[in-house]
Amino acid sequence: MKALSAIELRRGKVRSFSIVHLKDYLIAYVFIIPSLAGFAIFFAIPAIRGLVLSFTDWNLLNSPTFIRFENYLRLSQDEEFWNSLWVTIQYVVENVPIQTLSSLLIAVLMAKVGTSMAFRGVMIIPWLLPNVVVALLWSWLLDPAFGFINEVIKQFGHGPLPFLTSTAMALPSVVGINIWRHMGYIALMIFAGIQSIPKEVDEAALIDGAGPWRAFFHVTLPLLRPVLAFVVITAIIGSFQIYDTVAIATKGGPVQSTWVLNFLIYKTAFEGYEMGYATAVTMVLFAILIGITFIQMRLMRAGEAD
Amino acid sequence: MLSKKRLLAVALIAAVAIAAVGAAPVTLKYWLWDAAQLPMYQKAADNFMAQNPDIKIEITQLGWNDYWTGIETGMVAGTAPDVITNNSSKSSAFESKGQLVDLTPLIKRDKVDTSVYLNGVDKIWVRPDGKCYGFPKDWDTIAIVYNRDFAKAAGVDESTIGKLTWNAKDGGTFEKFIAQMSLDKNGRNGLDPKFDAKNVVRYGFAHSRFDANGQPTFSALARSNGWKETDDLYSTNFHFDDQKLIDTMVWYKKVIDKGYMAPFSYITPTNGANMAFAAKKVAVVFDGSWMKDFYTQQSFPIAFRTLPAGPEGVKSFFNGITDSIWTGSKNQEQAWKWVKYLGSPEVQGVVGSFGVVFPATQPGLDNSIKVFTSRNIDITAFTDEVKTPGITFFGPITAFGPKIDDIMMQAWDTIFLSNKPVDATLKAANKKVLALFKK
Repeated sequence: MKALSAIELRRGKVRSFSIVHLKDYLIAYVFIIPSLAGFAIFFAIPAIRGLVLSFTDWNLLNSPTFIRFENYLRLSQDEEFWNSLWVTIQYVVENVPIQTLSSLLIAVLMAKVGTSMAFRGVMIIPWLLPNVVVALLWSWLLDPAFGFINEVIKQFGHGPLPFLTSTAMALPSVVGINIWRHMGYIALMIFAGIQSIPKEVDEAALIDGAGPWRAFFHVTLPLLRPVLAFVVITAIIGSFQIYDTVAIATKGGPVQSTWVLNFLIYKTAFEGYEMGYATAVTMVLFAILIGITFIQMRLMRAGEAD
Repeated sequence: MLSKKRLLAVALIAAVAIAAVGAAPVTLKYWLWDAAQLPMYQKAADNFMAQNPDIKIEITQLGWNDYWTGIETGMVAGTAPDVITNNSSKSSAFESKGQLVDLTPLIKRDKVDTSVYLNGVDKIWVRPDGKCYGFPKDWDTIAIVYNRDFAKAAGVDESTIGKLTWNAKDGGTFEKFIAQMSLDKNGRNGLDPKFDAKNVVRYGFAHSRFDANGQPTFSALARSNGWKETDDLYSTNFHFDDQKLIDTMVWYKKVIDKGYMAPFSYITPTNGANMAFAAKKVAVVFDGSWMKDFYTQQSFPIAFRTLPAGPEGVKSFFNGITDSIWTGSKNQEQAWKWVKYLGSPEVQGVVGSFGVVFPATQPGLDNSIKVFTSRNIDITAFTDEVKTPGITFFGPITAFGPKIDDIMMQAWDTIFLSNKPVDATLKAANKKVLALFKK
């Protein structure tokens, strides 16, 4: 069967109705049904149900009654919620820039220096490990009593550092652990972006007398913008949803210094039995993420290439 | 909705199955969280199924967190197990939401003898209104665990370790003991006036992170100092602002400053004091009897000894678990039969012979002591605390357990990591705890 280009399909829309195009549309829908069904069952329906539940006092085991906006009113005055939001924002602000920059650096190294498959493969190993394993691994490495990293620090004559057990260091440590886990994978995406830039463009820049730095900042980087936009947006969304590392390595502490939103949601829903209230928090997180994504798509013109 | 459809489907399948086979056995779902206890309950289930061919027991074991999430979501979806292994810290929430079957009428009907249980451990499962949610399966107490190599090297007379004294003022002989078990980088112990508290290579003592009850941690000393967490088992009048608790915490801060006890920042929430003990960075800990295998499996010799006696004598947290029937179970009569069997002396004997936990009846306990003696492990520190009256106490039973834990864990962090005053922090925390019950 003849493959249809996007332009042909678009033209089909404005053209008068024809049986051939109806057939094409049907086939197209058949192809997206699996993903659409997954989206509906695992995302759309639960999300709508969550929205409805956020207006109830559901405690997991009673039959929910509608309490209008009570959960949202309570939320606006809940110190714990605002603290969690603040902790989460701090996490995102510390996490995303460092993660993106180090991934970019690794990607460039992958493209220009470490071209061996072994190097590229090693870089994504942390990403292959489950989050829980990563969190456990690092809480062992960073343990003040017997952790490898603290043993090394002790060799230099310093006392053990409370990486996960002090209010000052716990959140940065969680940030570090997650950067370590994700940077190889993100670097791989940026690397793919670099590979897709035509060689001619680079060569033209060099012929025109641009040095390697100038070529990178004025040619490579602008051409990478769609990829970088994608990476940053997904990193922000992912960072807002930080949970596993906190639940394993710090348990939200010390003194709520790592009490991120998803941890609050889990605690409220499954330990406090306040599912209605927890879904209200979830909805706020959802709204924040949609808002941020929308603004970013606009600012970074992610949909267009230069 | 989904559950109804599912039930209908199950009913249909069941109807067809019954029509085809005649009397198909009823399947009971039974869940537990402790992998170490799976073999003994599998054995009990095999015995039970041999005696009751019309009932099939299907055991599922899940890790602690998955276990409770699974039970909760199962209750919502209508698919929870017929019989659950239940813990007093979780039970109240289920009871108050009508998810557990009151066994009192069944106990009366079948004239079950509940006087066989040791030291009133069945009382954890009987409520002030007389409702009963299970028979005790096993129990646990707390004891001192210490590294015997370190004790020998430090010249400690080991025969004194089970008879140590403690008070909040000077720490009694217990403080001397942990001082002697500490070691600085110059090889001096805490009794030496030149002991360097800033450069400790081995702490005499450590605790895992405190929660609200301090079951294997601070409760031993605070309670022996006369502190009561609440007025009684079901009271909602919490006393985290009590001077006796404050004095105990001030003592903890003192021994941390002296370098005898590991600071809170030294022990992570993931790896408790037991891990630092295993790494030989800590010489003495308190821990529960459920952890005894962890300690006896270490490569160095250890011993369990009775907790230090405070002004009010020796005090040990006492707890246990039970089996409860879910109200949503379609086979409650069979579930009751299984629960009754699990609480029987027969199963207690089986459980004891595995030497994993301490059964709640004397014959079962005797079996388990025999096993430990044959393995050359002295567990009398745990069992003596139950034999002697007045030593054991229960933790409060409240539906707000996890919430109170959160409040108190932050308070402990504030005191021990942010170095805020004990007195004011505990008073503020207690107000927060009391406010939970005013909503």
